[in-house]
Amino acid sequence: MFAAAAQYLVSGLTVGATYGLTGLGFTMIFNTTGIINFAQGEFVMLGGMMSVFFRTWLGLDLFSAILLAVAVTALVGAAMERLTIRPIQGSSPINLVIATIGVSILIRGAAMLLWGKDTFSLPPFGGTAPIPLFGAAVQPQSLWALAITLALLTALKLFFSASIHGKAMLACACNRKAAHLMGISVARMSLFSFALSAFTGAVGGAILAPITMTSYDVGMMLGLKGFAACILGGLGNPFGAAVGGLLIGIMESFGAGYVSSAYKDAFAFVVLLLLLFVRPSGLFGKSGAERV
Amino acid sequence: MRPWYARNLAKAAFFATALFLAPFFLPNEYYINILILGGINALIALGLNLLLGYAGQISLGHAAFFGLAAYATAVATTRLGLPIPVGMGLGVSLSALVAWLIGMPTLRLRGHYLAMATLGFGIIVHIVMNETVEVTGGPSGFVGIPRLALLGFSFDSDRSYYYLVAAVLALAALFSLNLIDSRVGRALRAIHTSESAAQTAGVDIAGYKLFVFVLSAAFAGVAGVLYAHFLCFVAPSSFGFHFSVQLVVMVVLGGMASVWGAMAGAFFLTALPEALRGFEEVDILIYGAILVACVMYMPMGMAGAAAGVWRRIGRLRRGRVPGQGEGGHVG
Repeated sequence: MFAAAAQYLVSGLTVGATYGLTGLGFTMIFNTTGIINFAQGEFVMLGGMMSVFFRTWLGLDLFSAILLAVAVTALVGAAMERLTIRPIQGSSPINLVIATIGVSILIRGAAMLLWGKDTFSLPPFGGTAPIPLFGAAVQPQSLWALAITLALLTALKLFFSASIHGKAMLACACNRKAAHLMGISVARMSLFSFALSAFTGAVGGAILAPITMTSYDVGMMLGLKGFAACILGGLGNPFGAAVGGLLIGIMESFGAGYVSSAYKDAFAFVVLLLLLFVRPSGLFGKSGAERV
Repeated sequence: MRPWYARNLAKAAFFATALFLAPFFLPNEYYINILILGGINALIALGLNLLLGYAGQISLGHAAFFGLAAYATAVATTRLGLPIPVGMGLGVSLSALVAWLIGMPTLRLRGHYLAMATLGFGIIVHIVMNETVEVTGGPSGFVGIPRLALLGFSFDSDRSYYYLVAAVLALAALFSLNLIDSRVGRALRAIHTSESAAQTAGVDIAGYKLFVFVLSAAFAGVAGVLYAHFLCFVAPSSFGFHFSVQLVVMVVLGGMASVWGAMAGAFFLTALPEALRGFEEVDILIYGAILVACVMYMPMGMAGAAAGVWRRIGRLRRGRVPGQGEGGHVG
């Protein structure tokens, strides 16, 4: 009984780590530019798929392949901002959202053409022997996923609180006009936010690929879960998004284990809906705070 | 009779005539199929446009209302053996009822939170459609829905079905035009502009939001039952998140808050994949690129672009040089 619960908890946390990183990506772009980027899930897909293909095509070892994949995805994010978002930055929010939907269709289509419709997997980062923990058998990959997520969160925290670029991005989040008046290049910060979000998403995709496999169309559901994660944590709060992602992962895992695995994807959304009805601004969002 | 009523009647009559004549310009019968599906999508877009374009409330779960009605009439007319008109009535009522139930708590949310709630609702409905195999047939779909027959007339040919859809669409367009010009329409636009101002002016915000949400779900429901009795087959994949997004794109691409724009967007997006079929595998790339390009070069949608062209023609006819930066966003 307890062993099963521990098992569900670990697997929920592992998948939740990726949801959290996806949600974090949403939050960074939203804070800096006010856009909900529906292509966020495709960044996660690219992180996983490119890791697989740099490894097999270029014959790189696992870690170089992942590093290259993450870097290329960050470039894709930057290119997306330059080519599609920047030219229409004054448009209405709904137009910007539709532009990101268009980009997500483009990326998914390109991935399908390049790599086909098969599912692929990435080998685990180190070790396959399960580690016993509170009666649960923990895959080493789960520990890797959690450790990398934690490291990335710490690095981002440091970036936002200690570096000049991070502070400039936070300033844009507080008030874009005031940031602009203080000499911060809001356009460059927008570019950074897309690159950084793509980077974060790609890391999430790469750590998840050994556990759940990957294919050209995994981005949509991952993106939706990521969006759910940042709404759950309160939109605009990056660490709320990370916690929201972990919670969604855990809810799914327990729901699948104790109730029905067929409705796995529905549990998180049911809980989210109920939460929104009670607390319309998420778990950690300030009530009544409306970002403009 | 109010003056706008006559004007709207004339517009709808003109539209009905255009719909009536459309099949005569088609090269072959296959295109009638696309016109029917376009008309069904246009019906949903009309309803969503009232909600999104006029009242300013987003729904990312409208495919669910479309699907609920389609499945309701499918189950009612086959497993329960009810007559088709009863099944269709049940389908539309179910969509409206679910919208009413879900709308009450949901419509208090704003902006991205409303988007998330409607999205979550849509996904839950989609999953239920997939998993309740004994009722819906699961992912492989529901077969054997009877083709529509009303008052002893069987709509067996695609052409007769097209005229039915066209008639429903023209009536729905007339209804929308009148609604927008009425007191309700003014209230909806007031809510869109500023909720606090509308409330101060005595507009029952919660009531009107719920009304337009249920109304748009009912439009989707009518489209759903027409869809089910046309194809005689429904599957959950037609009612997923992807279709909900596509519906929003139809409304925005057409030009928000324009009855004609929403319908043009619907016909355009329905026909586009067919037009791209010749490009084999890269069709999805072209589709995405067209979507991005449309948003970039037609920020006010098709309706806005058409208005720009119209202004430009007017200026040319008056013999003046077009001014700078006006009406220039024509793709």
